[in-house]
Amino acid sequence: MFENLTEKLQRVFKNLRGEGKLTEENIQQALRDIRISLLEADVNFKVVKQLIDRIKEKSLGQEVLTSLTPAQQVVKIVHDELVELLGGGAAQLRFASQPPTVILLAGLQGSGKTTTGGKLARWLSRHGHRPLLVSVDVYRPAARRQLTVIAEAIDMPIFEGPAGPADPLELARLARREAANTGRDVLVVDTAGRLHIDDEMMGEMQQLKQQLEPAEVLFVADAMTGQDAVKSADEFHRRLGLTGVILTKMDGDARGGAALSIRSVTGQPLKFVGVGEKYDALELFHPQRVVSRILGMGDVLSLIEKAQETVDLKQAEEMQRKLLSDRFSLGDFRDQLRQMRKLGPLDQILGMLPQVGPFRQLQQVKLEEKELVRIEAIVDSMTPRERNHYQVINGSRRRRIARGSGATVQEVNRLLKQYAEARRMMRTLSGGFMAKRMGKLKLPSALR
Amino acid sequence: MPIQTLFGPPPPPTVFERLQEAVSSTRQNLAERIEEAVHGQKEIDAGLLEHLEATLLGADLGVATTTEVLDKVRQQVDRRQVSDAGQLTGMIKQELLEILKRTDARAGTQAGSLCREFPQVVLVIGVNGVGKTTTIGKLAHQLISDNKRVLLCAADTFRAAAIEQLEIWGQRTGTEVIKQKPGADPSAVLFDAIGSAKARGIDYVIVDTAGRLHTKSNLMAELEKMSRTAGRAVPGAPHEVLLIMDATTGQNGLQQARRFTESVGVTGIILAKLDGTAKGGVVIAIARELKLPIRYVGIGEQKDDLVPFDPEQFIDSLFRETPR
Repeated sequence: MFENLTEKLQRVFKNLRGEGKLTEENIQQALRDIRISLLEADVNFKVVKQLIDRIKEKSLGQEVLTSLTPAQQVVKIVHDELVELLGGGAAQLRFASQPPTVILLAGLQGSGKTTTGGKLARWLSRHGHRPLLVSVDVYRPAARRQLTVIAEAIDMPIFEGPAGPADPLELARLARREAANTGRDVLVVDTAGRLHIDDEMMGEMQQLKQQLEPAEVLFVADAMTGQDAVKSADEFHRRLGLTGVILTKMDGDARGGAALSIRSVTGQPLKFVGVGEKYDALELFHPQRVVSRILGMGDVLSLIEKAQETVDLKQAEEMQRKLLSDRFSLGDFRDQLRQMRKLGPLDQILGMLPQVGPFRQLQQVKLEEKELVRIEAIVDSMTPRERNHYQVINGSRRRRIARGSGATVQEVNRLLKQYAEARRMMRTLSGGFMAKRMGKLKLPSALR
Repeated sequence: MPIQTLFGPPPPPTVFERLQEAVSSTRQNLAERIEEAVHGQKEIDAGLLEHLEATLLGADLGVATTTEVLDKVRQQVDRRQVSDAGQLTGMIKQELLEILKRTDARAGTQAGSLCREFPQVVLVIGVNGVGKTTTIGKLAHQLISDNKRVLLCAADTFRAAAIEQLEIWGQRTGTEVIKQKPGADPSAVLFDAIGSAKARGIDYVIVDTAGRLHTKSNLMAELEKMSRTAGRAVPGAPHEVLLIMDATTGQNGLQQARRFTESVGVTGIILAKLDGTAKGGVVIAIARELKLPIRYVGIGEQKDDLVPFDPEQFIDSLFRETPR
């Protein structure tokens, strides 16, 4: 998410890095570049102006700290400013003291409310709640059917209401009663997409809010939204009193400046981000982490969290030992690929790593998901002996492996070459180089 | 306009009013603020240009386009060709119009096969939630009003209830929908649809595809496969690849247009949801960079809320002085 902004700012500060101290002149250049980056990231121009003013003020007013280079200092100021704008720590969902807690999803057409509704229900149930879904979108063709299909897919109860034409308020009322009667503690209400300037539809939303007294009114917004984000968010907030924001489609390459814009006009925290088409692709929003990513420090925390969920710790330790002791076989290589695939889409994982130091080259690696499947197939077609002693793989073995895995001999060759290189690299790293390097890496403040 | 040869003549004259109405928010936003900026300032100074910059940026034109337009204006100011601040509106308007006009030449090239093969296959693509299915409903309505025989192809087999949604649009417009089960191979559905279209003498097959982010290479490959499949079934297909773009989209729209063009050769853009406060400036940025013509503008949720895009009309509406 934000990759492009990250690259830009890094370039800016790389230029600054050569300077001995922070002068008015070089800070001007940095500020101009930061401004362009933020604008290209779709941060609203007014928000950008405020940000730049504050960053400038702080940069110039501050004494140069001896512990930091001027570039680091600007990074720190920008970092702090963005974190502050995004609201500091991670925001939690609010729950009503008297169940059922009602969560109302609101937003423009196509922002992703229905899919998010399903993801949210799944997230809630994974966190010990008993959610009930309901769609009060009686306007868009097949909208209610869509939520029903999603509910089935994630195995969550949905209140479908009476067949045929229905009234959103009545549907909501019945769903709430159903939740209370069946002991569901959270009711997730998916509403019709509407334009913020559609007075009638916004009125309906206000009525829904009045009737349901939701603990959360969440504004679902598309991460690709441009300058208009401030206007729609502002109007939704004015009419409904939003309590939070969910930013969807963050798995694309949109720079997500809308996050800053929306936060700045509503003052409400971003609570979740949607990061994929699968129903578990909903994550808590962590301002620290997102800003860390903006500044190229990498979202190491998210990665660790994910790894902990999926990776077998013992296996990982064993793997590391093998890596360092040069007993890393093709079979281990395959196991590791499998582990990695369990973590999620590769580009997502790579995006979370810092874009500095030894990880930098990794950003250019464009591994296709399908390619991994291929590699696995190739390794699967080897005999155990071949996996442990790759040197024995001669021409005729290569042909057999290629036939067995449906690959070409060239592909097999390429894999063997890559593996040999990886081994060589590991040897170099294990010679103390890695330890030295890792020790030097400054951890982002969120980690300390 | 090529769109007239493909989709018949434009709807009755109310279109202009409706377009105007649709972009009134844009107009108010952009034109009024430029007016506001130049009003009361006789001399053109740096502060004024800065204000204009903010105005263009705020309309989602993007940094590159804004810089280009303003640089040209600045040059003219420097050469003392402009002394009156009031002339600025006209100059900026002219620059924007030039950018949009440059797409027209290219737009003519793709409709040029002499022996038109039928059915014409229209692939409708875009990222998630931009309004593909709704736009297809409107397109079908327009073609049918023009006495064309239309078939809809439900090739979004991924999203929950996408097929049902298209079927409802089929009922609304009296169009048959060719579908398979959810999860089916979209290319197979497409192949089926083209087969039925041939058998029934259909003029246009409009293909609804699943929304996909342009960064997902596997999904883009799926789209490429659909395009190839269409080409095998009908020579020259897909005859149109229409990229639907949400008017609220910011600078990411450029990236979308780029990537979709790379993979399946977009032939035109339909700008949906222009009835909000979204400014549609992304249209100009895309036109400038990719020379992709904008074919239609979506201005509502009803079946006739789709109007042809005309650069001059569009810019004129943007800059009309009477508000609302």
